[in-house]
Order: sequence, then structure tokens, then C-alpha cells
Amino acid sequence: MTPADALGAKLLAQMQAAGAQPVAADILQPAETLLDLYGEDIRARAYVTHDPALGEMMLRPDFTVPVVQAHMREGAEPARYCYAGPVFRKQSSARAREYLQVGYELFARNDPARADAEVFALFARLLAGYDLRPVTGDIGILKAAVAGLDTTERRKAALMRHIWRPARFRALLDRMGGQGKLAAPRAELVARLRTAPVAELVAQAGPVIGLRSMAEIEARVQTLLEDAETPPLPAGQIAALERLLALSGPARDVLAELRAEGWDALTPALERLDARLQALDAAGIDTQTLPFEASFGRTTMEYYDGFVFGFVSPRADMPPVATGGRYDALTAVLGQGRRIPAVGGVIRPETLIALGGA
Amino acid sequence: MMALKLGVPSKGRLMDKTFDWFAGHGLTLRRTGAEREYAGAVDGIAGVELVLLSASEIPRELAAGRIHLGVTGSDLVRETLPDWQGAVAELAPMGFGHADLIIAVPKAWVDVETLDDLDAVAAAFRACHGFRLRIATKYHRLVRDYLRAHGVADYQLVDSQGATEGTIKNLTAEAIADITSTGETLAANHLKILRDAPVHRSQATLFAARGADWQRAGSAGAALFARLGLPEATISGITSPIA
Repeated sequence: MTPADALGAKLLAQMQAAGAQPVAADILQPAETLLDLYGEDIRARAYVTHDPALGEMMLRPDFTVPVVQAHMREGAEPARYCYAGPVFRKQSSARAREYLQVGYELFARNDPARADAEVFALFARLLAGYDLRPVTGDIGILKAAVAGLDTTERRKAALMRHIWRPARFRALLDRMGGQGKLAAPRAELVARLRTAPVAELVAQAGPVIGLRSMAEIEARVQTLLEDAETPPLPAGQIAALERLLALSGPARDVLAELRAEGWDALTPALERLDARLQALDAAGIDTQTLPFEASFGRTTMEYYDGFVFGFVSPRADMPPVATGGRYDALTAVLGQGRRIPAVGGVIRPETLIALGGA
Repeated sequence: MMALKLGVPSKGRLMDKTFDWFAGHGLTLRRTGAEREYAGAVDGIAGVELVLLSASEIPRELAAGRIHLGVTGSDLVRETLPDWQGAVAELAPMGFGHADLIIAVPKAWVDVETLDDLDAVAAAFRACHGFRLRIATKYHRLVRDYLRAHGVADYQLVDSQGATEGTIKNLTAEAIADITSTGETLAANHLKILRDAPVHRSQATLFAARGADWQRAGSAGAALFARLGLPEATISGITSPIA
């Protein structure tokens, strides 16, 4: 047993002592589920192989998806699960391709604030002996801010789809404000589409080939023409959204700043943040000093849609020691109609060993 | 001492143009032996051995350090080698073998001109058909990196090793990503190129292998680089991988 295996076993035992039931997951997972969830990008990060009978399979890049699937099939509620085992990720640098993850997942319908606090406080306790910086965030606040923009549902949906791709999100926001490098090509396209009925334009352009039908082309042209009539996103709202995305500081201070913005659409999300901070206080976490970064979790953790957290090493060359968060929407996607609020996280024992301490 | 190995394409226009390019620098590359034998020689410089290879194998031979220098398309190096910049150094673009890797969609898609449009269409297509919009290509790595950099989502790459322009009509893809030099095949298949910058502008390029044994090749490297007009420091630049 390597030191990392031993540490993994110890962490797993501590999670069991906290009430979690140990679960196992296959290393070979059907690729299709993960590709549909994460998109084609995951091929660059996960190992895909081929089975003659089952088709494309993936070496598990994480445990969350199989654990959620198992819970949706047969789990009782509320449920706490823990697991330990290797995951596999492609790397272009010298970072490990195969490494251990020890994880804890909590499925509970009631009191999400308390569930968030339970998971975070457990991780804080397990990692207490190491020199790590905790960081928290809340994707739910970003989603509430987008939902609260003064614009069409269609534009909000387009922005919501790209919350996890900050550069693309920014480019869309600019275009909707009539600014940026996408604005001119869009204006030219709309001008051309206004010159004649769609059927005529298509007839001039070429035969309709492929699966995408004439009706789909017409529908998008209609969407484009309608969108062109929509007033640009108010500059003040874009600026407010940007201030929000840049917020960083002790959690209580950030909450106060967000309240001071006076943005009504944020109120329910801020109430949830407040409730979470109270639950964290009750769990022994000092929220006066707990770091909060509004954009945390936007680039690496696509399925998290509420509370997010990490424990990061002061050494920049090290991956985060632990990451986690709330993923209510993921359970709905995997549950085929059923859903259950869920929050969890993982620890990387090898990174802890490399850092020393404890 | 071992010879410094120079890998060049073994046939066709790419080989002829490569020979011309080196001739322009006062070096004669020639095939030796029987007509169908893949053997060659370099005249005008000592200690350099010519290795004739398929252009598609040159990236791998460079990455393995089995050849010191190699001529191949810049697209093949980027597509074949993970972390290509760590494996090879780009010494000189050679001014021939130009081809753009582009994304094309049916001309009838009057609502699509840019990646911004393609991304919106991919979302609508998935909602309508229940699967991700398919892009046929053989350049998986280049295309995926490009689409990720531009934030395109809800697509999938489907492999196409040939006749890629026909996949849309055959209903196996909705868009394609392929190499084009004149665009004639695209036009004949009722396709148009997106207005954004191409995925990659490829041309024949002289590459150096960071992992090859430059020490044992002795002074042949320095002599060759001097002849090609490359700075003296080139070798140390090759052997110390970029950060």
C-alpha cells in the first residue's frame, strides 16, 4: 500500500464515520452519457476506448456521474455516499494521468444550506492539518443575475448555456449590448436576411442538403430578425454583471456588497447564500474570514450550479487538493425526469502527500 | 559520431518542392539506388543523412527523436503530436504545400456565416433532433481545440478519413472540417466556408526534434543551420524545451 493509498483509506474511514455508505463504481463507463453531459471537450481530457459489443467506453474521469446514476436507480433518501479509487485524465503537462479520488456525496431534499455546510465542514475538518486555502463561490448567484437581466428569455438562455465558458459568455454579452467583435458580422447578416424572403435567399444560395431542414433554417432566420429588433442590453446591467463576476473577498463582505447593489432579481439567491453562511457558522466555520470568489468554479466545474468550493495549495504548480459543489441540475439530467438536490466533493490524496504536513 | 538525420517526404510534389527548397540553400538532396528504393543522400555537406518517409509519419519520427530534422505539413504536426511545441521546434516555413483547415456548412444555411452562428445552430439542432450537431473531420485535435477556444458547444466530431465533403448529403454529418486549397470541391458539394479565421493555415515546414541526440551529431547541425541561414543559437533553442 502506497502512502497515498493509506491516506485514501483513512479519509474514506473518516467519511464513513461521518455517516456515509461506501460505494463502488466501474472504471469503464459508457462514453455516450459523459459526452452528452460534458460535450466533445471531454475527449481531450478523458481516455476513450472501444468495446466490440458496448461501443465507446471511457475510463472514469470522476465518480460523480456513476454515483448519481446508482442513487437515482436504487437510493433511499436522504443518502450519504463515500468512495475511493483511481480516476483517469489526459494531461499535456507532467501532471498525473491516473490518481486517487476520495469523495463524499450527499443527496437530500430538505435544507440545502445545511447540506452545503455539512459537506464543506467535513472537508475542512479532514484537511485541517494541511496548509491549504479554502475558497467558496456560488454559481446560483450568477444564474440569478443572468435571469434578472432586462432582456428576452432567448438571450438569457443563450447566456445561461455559456456560464461555464467565460470568454464566450463575455463575447455574447458584448454582442447583446451591440458591442464587441461579434456585433458587426451579426448586423451584416441581419441586413442580408432582410433583403428577401428566406425561401428566395435559400433558393439563390443552393440546395437544402443534410439533416437540418428548411423549417429549421426559417426558424433561426425568424429568431435573428426578432433579436435584431430587441433593444441592446443596457450598459448599466452589463457593468453590474461584470462587477458581480469580479467580486472577491471574505464571504460576509461579499454578501453585503451584493445586497448593496440593490438588484431585486438576486434577492432569493442572496437569501440562500445568507442561509448557507449561517449554517456554516453553526458548523464551526468562520464566515467572517472564509474567502468567496464570485467567479470560482466557472471554468473547471461545468455541472455545479449552486454552492462551489475548493481547497487549494499555496504552490501554484499543484492541482487543487479538493473541489466540490452542488449539482442539482445534473441529477435531473441523469434521472430522466426524477431529480434530487445533491452536493459533494472530492479529495486528491496524492497531492496531499506531495504537500507534506498533517 | 552519428549522422544528422533529415527526414523528407518520399514522393510527389511535396518531395520535389522540398528538394527545390534545399537546392535554393546550396544543398542537393537526391534519391539514390533503384527507382523504387527509398534511399537518399545529401550532397554539399558532411555528416547529414537523408531519410525518405511518408509525410504523415514524419511527425511521429520527430517526436521519437529518430530523426533530427523533418519536413512535413504544419497541420500534421499539430494534429498528430500532443504538446507539439514540447516535442518539436518550428524552424522555417517553406512557402509551399499551402492548405487551410476550414469549417464548412451547406450554402443553403443562409442564417450561418460565423462560429457565433454555428454555436447557436448547434444548440437548436440538439434541441430539435436529440443529438449533438455532427462535424465530420479527420483533424480531431485541431478542430476540437479550435472550437473549445471559441466556446462552441453541443457539437460532436465524427471521423471521416476521405470524401468528407459528401458526408452532409449522405446524412452522416451536418458540417465538415477539412483541408482546402482552392475551395472547388466545397463549391461542387454546395458548401461554404465560415467567415472566421481558418482552424489552421498549413504549409510545408522544416521542424527540429527536441528529443533527438544533437550532441552525437556533432558539428553537422551547426554547419547545416549556417547553410540554411538559421542563427547559431538554434540548436540550444531546440534542446531546451519551451516553458
